[in-house]
Amino acid sequence: MSTATSAAGDAFRESVRSWVEANFPQELKDQPASMEGAGDGDLAQALERWRDALAGQGWGAPTWPKAYGGAGLTPAEARVISQEIGRAGGYNPIPLMAGMGVTMVGPTLLEYGTDEQKEKHLPGIASGKIRWCLGLSEPNAGSDLAGLATKAEDKDDHFALNGQKIWTSGADISQWCGALVRTEPQAPKRDGLSFVLLPMDQPGVETRPIKLISGASPFCETYFNDARAEKSDLLGPLNKGWSVVKRLLQHERASQTSARGPGAGGKSESLQAIAKRYAGETADGKLEDADLRARLTRHLMDAEAHRLTAERITAEAKGNAEVSAAASIMKNSATSVSQTRSELMIELMGYRGLGWEGEAFRPQELDTVREWLWGKAISIYGGSAEVQNNIISKNILGLPETTQKG
Amino acid sequence: MAALTEEQTLIRDQAEAWVRDEFPVTKFRAMRDSKAAGAIMGDAWQGMVEMGWTGILVPEAHGGSDLGYLTFGLVLEALGKNLTASPLLASALVGASALRLAGSEAQQAAVLPGVVDGSIILTLAVDEGARHNPAQIACAAKAEGDGFVLTGEKRFVLEGMSASHFIIPARTAGAPGEEAGLTLFLVAADADGLSRTGLSLVDSRGYADLTLDNVAVGADAVLGKVDGAFPVLDAILDRARAGLSAEMLGTAGQAFTMLVDYLKTREQFGRVIGSFQALGHRAAQMFTDQQLARSCAEAALASIDNDAPASTVAEMASLAKARVGDHLHLVSRELIQMHGGIGMTDEYDAGFYLKRARALEATYGNQAFHRERYASLLGY
Repeated sequence: MSTATSAAGDAFRESVRSWVEANFPQELKDQPASMEGAGDGDLAQALERWRDALAGQGWGAPTWPKAYGGAGLTPAEARVISQEIGRAGGYNPIPLMAGMGVTMVGPTLLEYGTDEQKEKHLPGIASGKIRWCLGLSEPNAGSDLAGLATKAEDKDDHFALNGQKIWTSGADISQWCGALVRTEPQAPKRDGLSFVLLPMDQPGVETRPIKLISGASPFCETYFNDARAEKSDLLGPLNKGWSVVKRLLQHERASQTSARGPGAGGKSESLQAIAKRYAGETADGKLEDADLRARLTRHLMDAEAHRLTAERITAEAKGNAEVSAAASIMKNSATSVSQTRSELMIELMGYRGLGWEGEAFRPQELDTVREWLWGKAISIYGGSAEVQNNIISKNILGLPETTQKG
Repeated sequence: MAALTEEQTLIRDQAEAWVRDEFPVTKFRAMRDSKAAGAIMGDAWQGMVEMGWTGILVPEAHGGSDLGYLTFGLVLEALGKNLTASPLLASALVGASALRLAGSEAQQAAVLPGVVDGSIILTLAVDEGARHNPAQIACAAKAEGDGFVLTGEKRFVLEGMSASHFIIPARTAGAPGEEAGLTLFLVAADADGLSRTGLSLVDSRGYADLTLDNVAVGADAVLGKVDGAFPVLDAILDRARAGLSAEMLGTAGQAFTMLVDYLKTREQFGRVIGSFQALGHRAAQMFTDQQLARSCAEAALASIDNDAPASTVAEMASLAKARVGDHLHLVSRELIQMHGGIGMTDEYDAGFYLKRARALEATYGNQAFHRERYASLLGY
């Protein structure tokens, strides 16, 4: 099936497999990946060991140049690494520990950063030791991002930031932030924006976690009150921040194109097996609930179509890591697959899929419920499903601008 | 589009140019108007033979190029764009696959060179009712002397009027509904006791009903094992389904192109209608769906070329037929809806695509058949 089967590819996979076998801490096997990264105690220590071992290989960001903490590998090789880690029942914690660093800030730095900026910021991200958040949305600038109001004033040697950001993922636990700010208030809305990098640990930055319907608080409100960003940390040209952030958001979509299932990382039981366990089967092994069975089939076909499309895009790119408008397609497809899966999961578990907390429910059941609720975010963040459809209709199909202005 | 080799790119470009220059939809319309359904013969058929398309799945020893299913899919996709319904799929893909999978070396040597030069046109006569269901085959083949005598009916046989030979699965044992007891036969269209009647379907493609009334064939007419043909019939059908998915991708792709072009040119309320989000978002979703459908069709064709296990090919073929079928269904409906009244007129081509879409969906199992099969293959 694999389009890239070759002797060299097999040898690479073999070497990755034996390295993972030798280095993956067994106590982490089948542990769920969490947005927050490490927990406490022995597991946290094992996770740190695992992080450092991966970072030593440059596998925190395998496609980045070796000079910046990567391993200089192709996307196909990077895929093999995550497949092999998944096969061992693990996951790569670095992209989670680095917040928005590996998936978004890093690739954008590689493209727009000066050598000095790359050297300063990339190794910390690739090692999973520096976590990044992004200050993009504001209370009055969501889907209409270019309408943002946070100002950055030129103070000769630095910029002074004033304003409020919202939905900043992990702002309360991040060390650095990439922020889109207004540097030219008189210019039309997309033309007066710049993208700056600033440390979070300073008096002018305050964060307040927002509690979500899932009970978790992965997002924050972030307040800038004369927050300081160095001039040397302006990414891309002054007042060209919109171009920088468009690329950043393409990288974001590209990173949101894998359709995760519940308990991603160590999932071993298929959805159809879970369905049989909860919803029952007939004597000849079919799901008892015929309607559920039909909808499950549509979902599994969608999931497989999505997986095959991700493979096809990688094969067609022939190792070229260029992200493209295809990211909008893949983001919407991934979102739809993941959310449908979660809805099916809680449906097939019946009341067991509606537990909030307590020992009456199995931990996996409670995880499924929280993941279902949390998962409502994925069709909203990173450009909502509707914004992606605007991008597809305009940039790919060439249809005229809709009602969007500015 | 899969990452193609230079040769595949060349073949695809030639096929697209041929379809554009030699077979515009106006030609299909003329054929429909002349009521010569399924009669893409003569020059057009000869043209396909000369392009080498009839030999894409035939070993070089028998005059073909043996380039594989993904390559064949590129040609079928190009043909699907302009509704070019020829015997190419039925004969050079389905028929050639049957010979390669089930035929002896002698049978291949006797038949395949004729498939390549276009003098033999094969087709698989599988269905006996209005809905695809291979396990329900009742057509009987009784052993008599050295050979067999076939009696029964085959319905809605694709290219049934232009075929020179039929590949007929018939029951040598067991009862309808059982997979065991089937045998494949190669029967000439002019065999004594075989009669056929052309059918007029909405999509103006050639279909025929066959009646077999004590058709006597020799033992050399048997393709493969007596009583044990179901697995190989399934394998032949999976190749047919994967190939047809590629053709459907072409038909859906062209319908979508027509739709988007219309959205860019039709003006209402002082602006082109493509600027309305209600239409733009539906178009965006169709495009997303098209990308997913393409991946399924290409993966099914590639799984055959890569000699994947039969169960994998079966999963992929059902995935492709169902997923591309759903996509074509959606696009063909939206093509009419977004065109409004003009889309309803016979003068406009949209209706051809709607009609062909439903016929392609039904052929070799519709979406419901393949979703059911997929669930069974996955064990629930």
